[in-house]
Amino acid sequence: MTFASFIAQLLNGLAGASSLFMVAAGLSLIFGVTRIVNFAHGSLYMLGLYGAYTLLEGLVTPLFAFGGFGRTSLGFWAAVVLSALLVGLVGVAIEVLILRRIYHAPELFQLLATFAVVLVIKDIALAIWGPEDLVGPRAPGLDSTVVILDRHVPQYDLALIVIAPLVLLALWLALTRTRWGALVRAATQDREMVGALGVNEAWLFTGVFFIGSVLAGLGGALQLPREPAHLGLDLALIADAFVVTVVGGLGSVPGAFLAAILIGVVKAFCVAIGTQEFVGLEVSFSRLTLVVEFLVMAVVLIVRPYGLLGRPPATQRLAAESASPPRLPRWPAWAPALVLLALVPLAMPSDRYLLVLLTDIFIFALFAVSLHVLMGPSGMVSFGHAAYFGIAAYAAALMLKRAALPMEVSLLLAPVAAGGFALLFGWFCVRLSGVYLAMLTLAFAQIAWSVIFQWDSFTGGSNGMIGIWPPSWLASKSAYYWLALALCALGIAFLWRMLYAPFGYSLRAGRDSPLRAEAIGINVRRQQWFAFTVAGALAGLAGGLYAFSKGSISPELSSIAQSTDALVMVLLGGVQTLTGPVAGAGVFTWLKDELARHTEFWRAMLGLVILALVLLFPQGIAGGARLLWDRLPWRRQTA
Amino acid sequence: MATTPDAAWRPPMLQVEGLHAYYGRAHILADVSFAASAGDVLALLGRNGAGKSTTLKSIMGLVRPAAGSVVFEGERIDGLAPYRIARLGLGFVPEDRRIFTDLSVMENLEVGRQKQRGDGPLWTPERLFELFPNLGRMKDRPGGRMSGGEQQMLTIARTLMGNPRCVLLDEPSEGLAPLIVEQMAAAIRALRAEGLCVILSEQNLHFSSQLADRAVIVEKGRIRFAGTMDALRAEPAVREQYLSV
Repeated sequence: MTFASFIAQLLNGLAGASSLFMVAAGLSLIFGVTRIVNFAHGSLYMLGLYGAYTLLEGLVTPLFAFGGFGRTSLGFWAAVVLSALLVGLVGVAIEVLILRRIYHAPELFQLLATFAVVLVIKDIALAIWGPEDLVGPRAPGLDSTVVILDRHVPQYDLALIVIAPLVLLALWLALTRTRWGALVRAATQDREMVGALGVNEAWLFTGVFFIGSVLAGLGGALQLPREPAHLGLDLALIADAFVVTVVGGLGSVPGAFLAAILIGVVKAFCVAIGTQEFVGLEVSFSRLTLVVEFLVMAVVLIVRPYGLLGRPPATQRLAAESASPPRLPRWPAWAPALVLLALVPLAMPSDRYLLVLLTDIFIFALFAVSLHVLMGPSGMVSFGHAAYFGIAAYAAALMLKRAALPMEVSLLLAPVAAGGFALLFGWFCVRLSGVYLAMLTLAFAQIAWSVIFQWDSFTGGSNGMIGIWPPSWLASKSAYYWLALALCALGIAFLWRMLYAPFGYSLRAGRDSPLRAEAIGINVRRQQWFAFTVAGALAGLAGGLYAFSKGSISPELSSIAQSTDALVMVLLGGVQTLTGPVAGAGVFTWLKDELARHTEFWRAMLGLVILALVLLFPQGIAGGARLLWDRLPWRRQTA
Repeated sequence: MATTPDAAWRPPMLQVEGLHAYYGRAHILADVSFAASAGDVLALLGRNGAGKSTTLKSIMGLVRPAAGSVVFEGERIDGLAPYRIARLGLGFVPEDRRIFTDLSVMENLEVGRQKQRGDGPLWTPERLFELFPNLGRMKDRPGGRMSGGEQQMLTIARTLMGNPRCVLLDEPSEGLAPLIVEQMAAAIRALRAEGLCVILSEQNLHFSSQLADRAVIVEKGRIRFAGTMDALRAEPAVREQYLSV
């Protein structure tokens, strides 16, 4: 590595960090005031980029044609600013139409709602702009390069490096020198008190959402000359923005700036180092860029659990508040169901579609229940549970193909591999709580995904692996169906039984009252660590079963989308009950399959269904039922 | 419960009727009623956990009462959002102060600022610094770096910035040094002189008897006594039963 190449990479990294800072600052601002983790923030970034492209280049639709501003300097900057403002209005619409109705709902429900918005926006973008990447033009007027230390550095990158501090300055002035800023900072600390002083919270929230969304849109629009607009940006960006926000400290705008720069510099450093040899081993640092931010985050969170400039959050609990202890299902309920399910292949042996769908449902039910053990009784929300699902699927496939182990052995070792990684990752995760913990789990999942995605020679990279089939005695759909039913039922039964062992009681004690639990001698962290490992291993069993049921696997199995699927299953069914996640897995898997068969826009449909549920039952499905019960006329009179 | 006779000649500014409130299943307030007029200082007395704070929070809309009504200047306010109640001219000073610790004294005041209401009082930072000289000497200090007494002054000043006609003070003397308590008392007298209606929730009978004209005693969410301060002084048995610890 030469100094010059490092500087060139550094400038490139800082130019990228500029947009990331804006997205993260917006996310941070919104979280600070509304306590909502806005999953849709990456989607707003994506819309900003698409919007700027469209405003500049025009758009032809069956309804109308728009010529675009044209590739002039004025046209470019007008497109960028207007796109950011339009995205701000989209943010306002999201706030007013959806989030405003659910501010009093449990935090996880708000998260679910913003995730539904992600799905809807993705399909709207697909409908308008299609699936192809859209490559924007260079910025007119800033399209040449400047020579710095013999390297050509794009002028536009330098402009971005200047713009980010200007945005920071403007935000800082707005937050510290205006009444609005004082209100925002006051509401970040105590929104109820701000309301009691006569401030209309609703408008304050809408304003914050507008500014936060404009920042995301601006971040996206400014990237137009640097990266193509595509549909995968939403989740990619939200992961990056989470990392920057968490590293900087939730709610801190200067923290987001510092974190974006730190990550930009470290990334540049990795690219500049390139491939190096250590004791005969070749290490490709440039390939590390996909995971390096997550490594930075892991290190920062371990040293400073609330980020660089963050402070311990005011009491916030992501998990269900003091949920009443769930009841263990009794055999009159589950035994007939199991018998009926076991009879399905005999009754309908030719309906391969049904068998495959039910097999999927069993697998995802186990996956969802293993996540529920974390989210419900342990009080740890994981955004990255798919890590263990994917790791196990790959472990199973690799043992079968590369180590030539029998399928049966591979399937049994897969959960062990997943459990091992859960043991490792969990050690770090249980040191945090709330949103920070959730983000760290996401980080580990993203690391797992990137390693799988990039290690072409071992995992097959983005192509995945194929030909992972069970031996002949399990080859028929019905045989595999019975195997999946048996193993998933056993796994779920084991997890449920565990929650009623003394271990389960101490887990709940640790969730409801960590200090008191510690005081009576429960090592809360160790209990959580153990729960994390068990949940990972059982998610692994589901992953292994999944690999052999499909015959092929891809890195998607440990992607954010896979993790959020599990999250949605648990939340749809209800965190408060044991059977909820099973029902949620069934409904979600069936619905997704059904929608995907009938419409190209199944994501939007799914998103709308989730939104409808969230808006109709803002206290969760169980809470909604109770609310309806209390509103019955004869109940009302006694109140 | 009827309005007490000595206030009957003025229309009440704040009228609470048959208030009930619950936390989950726990019945916190049962049929709480009282009224107060402009220029009144009404002491809401009772032990810890008697329901004083819940009464004030129910008036302010921070706790939604299950039954009963709150009328402020002829308008029903129960069920309104807290910010709308505040804008009608009710000021709330919470027991735990809830100062914005990251904000400076001036910024804390700024958050509380609301428009003047008709011919009501108009408070400016300068006027408030006359009332609480300590605050004037630390305009730029963050709220988190002030003593308890200074924070208590700031929380009252912040509420006054909204130019309320009626102030709900939740245990303003709690945990303060005697010298600061004296300043609080002086400030409350100044509020009365402005023609404000003050509802003063207190455990400290000595403090409130210097200030209040009338007293209401709450115990286990019910009103056990309502009358003038003089009447309360004449009934040592009532004081003994509901106030002594």
